[in-house]
Amino acid sequence: MPKTLSKTNPARELVFGDLWEYDPAPETADPKLKPRYDLFINGAFVSPRAGQYFATINPAHETKIADIALADAADVDAACKAAQKAFTKVWGKMPGKERGKYLYRIARLLQDHAREFAIAETLDGGKPIKESRDFDIPMAAAHFFYHAGWADKLEHLAPGRQIAPHGVVGQVIPWNFPLLMLAWKIAPALAAGNCVVLKPAETTSITALKFGEICQEAGLPNGVVNIVSGAGETGAEVIQHPLTTKVAFTGSTEVGKSIMRSLAGTDKKLTMELGGKAANIVFDDAPLDQAVEGIVNGIFFNQGHVCCAGSRLLVQESIADAVLAKLKRRIATLRVGDPMDKNTDLGAINSREQLTKISELVKSGVAEGAEKYDTGCKLPAKGFFFRPTIFTNVSMSHRIAREEIFGPVLSILTFRTPEEAIEKANNTPYGLSAGVWTDKGSRILKMSTLLKVGVVWANTYNKFDPTSPFGGYKESGFGREGGKQGLLDYLTLD
Amino acid sequence: MPAAKAPTSLRRLFDEIGTVDQVGIEERVAKYTTRSLKKKSKVFGLRLAVSMVDLTTLEGKDTPGKVASLCQKALRPHDVGDTPPTAAVCVYPAMVKHAKKHVGGTSVKIASVATAFPSGQAPIKTRLAEVHAAVNDGADEIDMVINRGAFLSGEFGRMQDEIAAVVEACGKATLKVILEVSELETYDNIRAASFLAMRMIRPGDFIKTSTGKTSSNATLGNNQVMLEAIRDHFLDTGIPIAMKPAGGIRTAKQALHFLIAVKETLGDDWLNNRRYRFGASALLNDLVRQLEKERTGAYQAPWNFSEATEGY
Repeated sequence: MPKTLSKTNPARELVFGDLWEYDPAPETADPKLKPRYDLFINGAFVSPRAGQYFATINPAHETKIADIALADAADVDAACKAAQKAFTKVWGKMPGKERGKYLYRIARLLQDHAREFAIAETLDGGKPIKESRDFDIPMAAAHFFYHAGWADKLEHLAPGRQIAPHGVVGQVIPWNFPLLMLAWKIAPALAAGNCVVLKPAETTSITALKFGEICQEAGLPNGVVNIVSGAGETGAEVIQHPLTTKVAFTGSTEVGKSIMRSLAGTDKKLTMELGGKAANIVFDDAPLDQAVEGIVNGIFFNQGHVCCAGSRLLVQESIADAVLAKLKRRIATLRVGDPMDKNTDLGAINSREQLTKISELVKSGVAEGAEKYDTGCKLPAKGFFFRPTIFTNVSMSHRIAREEIFGPVLSILTFRTPEEAIEKANNTPYGLSAGVWTDKGSRILKMSTLLKVGVVWANTYNKFDPTSPFGGYKESGFGREGGKQGLLDYLTLD
Repeated sequence: MPAAKAPTSLRRLFDEIGTVDQVGIEERVAKYTTRSLKKKSKVFGLRLAVSMVDLTTLEGKDTPGKVASLCQKALRPHDVGDTPPTAAVCVYPAMVKHAKKHVGGTSVKIASVATAFPSGQAPIKTRLAEVHAAVNDGADEIDMVINRGAFLSGEFGRMQDEIAAVVEACGKATLKVILEVSELETYDNIRAASFLAMRMIRPGDFIKTSTGKTSSNATLGNNQVMLEAIRDHFLDTGIPIAMKPAGGIRTAKQALHFLIAVKETLGDDWLNNRRYRFGASALLNDLVRQLEKERTGAYQAPWNFSEATEGY
């Protein structure tokens, strides 16, 4: 073990106390919310036919924010018909250059309204304002910009082949990155010439419905984008509707499987981005402080509500103690609390249901004999919060090493050789992403070919770009989002 | 005094202390700049920064009169309010005795650059004589430069021997070892030089980024590399080394970002002027300006702040 990284003498510990506390720094701008959100169908906000609404709450305070329309089969049918009409009459025939203009306009409008969207996202979903402000909203705009550029260059995607849009695309998105997942879905679909019926997640519908306002402001032809809010049944209606010829889903593997079962025998095209249990692999020659930063970013970004979260840390045995000591010291400075505070690093867990799931899995970790550590930091009295938690002494058969927790919980395992690291990393039904930390370039290349995952990050983690395809292996799904590959999934090839 | 080591290759040193990833560390420090300081915490940070300033004049045209006005400014940074004095004044050896007349016996220390500052390109005898002279004239602190030539050519033993000799020449004076980071170029080199220096100096001595005389000086990135080196050295040996970024920190906002890095890397024990300093001149008036803004609610005109330190 490197000399300077030996085990810490407790008497020499650093003090992260309250000598200099940051005062509350709340974001206070107006998110311009409506008390009630209707469905966005055929370019207008319309009440659901059955007149039903459900409440959406702020997970940090457990208070109601707004009523959201609940779409039933009739509403979804209206949305699909509007999309079909828009496709045949306007959007499908429009030259790519013109479609691109609309996409550019949407991208710019998202930038114009960035602050308002960031606040709405944080209110509704619980993520820290610094993440919605610095990541979610700018990335959503970036996806529209990128795909706007493709709209008039589609023939270069597949030279020599005939390409055409599918028509009406049904899309169902999760609650962890509400607006960003919407952008990942809608931007390529529109660039390719499709029209869209999108169902946002039940707990995070607001920014999707606010996106309807952006479509209106951009003058997007009626029916090109339709947003139908609701729970799982609404999503099932979207997916099974006979007019949707292509279905794109991001969410849990469990729901993904049921969607595939329900669509068996139809000729709908499918892409799925499902769960993950990524391995973040740290070799003994890695720059340790930056690796620790990557570990923290990998598992605590967005409270761990990330399908590609680095939830399994595989660390080489010879440096395991040093990494653990550094990691504990680093998470002592993480600030958990009010998501609207600009200094908050970890915000609220998205829903009570998710908090229960995380707590249950953490309990199973303790019961199965893994060693639990958390910072013991104070949590707000109200709202759904969970401390950054790490487990040591984890073995591959523990539930916390196999199941997706989707929360700020890291399971630490060790390995001795690169072979063992690969074996352990691939020993999961999932295959979405992985991280490799080493100073040795050749090892990175070797690992990236042997890891059965869609994305391998080298000496970094959770990096996204609209130009880079993202997607999974095995039970993490199929199809790609982003880049040329993602765009091709929204086109038919002849 | 620890015995100086025989020349070691850089590679072997990195096996011992580990390397730095440039992209990763720059991403880390970028997060410090998104911290938002309001109200009381802002005032605390600004006052802390004032108390950490080594108010500096290092020019060929320095005179006893200029040093006198620098000292008065250090003792009383602003004529209203209760702004604390700075930590020290930092001058050339020839000016130490003049500074002594004004700040001797106060809380403001006299720091003197020595060892053929800024290049260090003089025989070691000459450099040590300069240190002795400054200490004899009453310098409380000596800011030395490392032998970058020795470091870059792999003569670590020589570089460390020279530091050891300066430590001895300092006697009771505190030592600050300037790495001159822009000449070391890479973060790996900065980390290596930090360790080589820290192994030769005493608890409470400093490592310092730069002379302020080259194109690039203190940045959040090289500050972070050195803070992490200090942390690792402390956890390993129990020896607390202090830190001084110098050059290029001109605004209160920058200074607060540096302090946030200290708070989140080394913790509360380094948030005082025995463990952290700023080598700066223009910074002081911006700190005072921001403090006055917090006190009165409005920005004051520039002529309300006495100019004792700018380069005129």
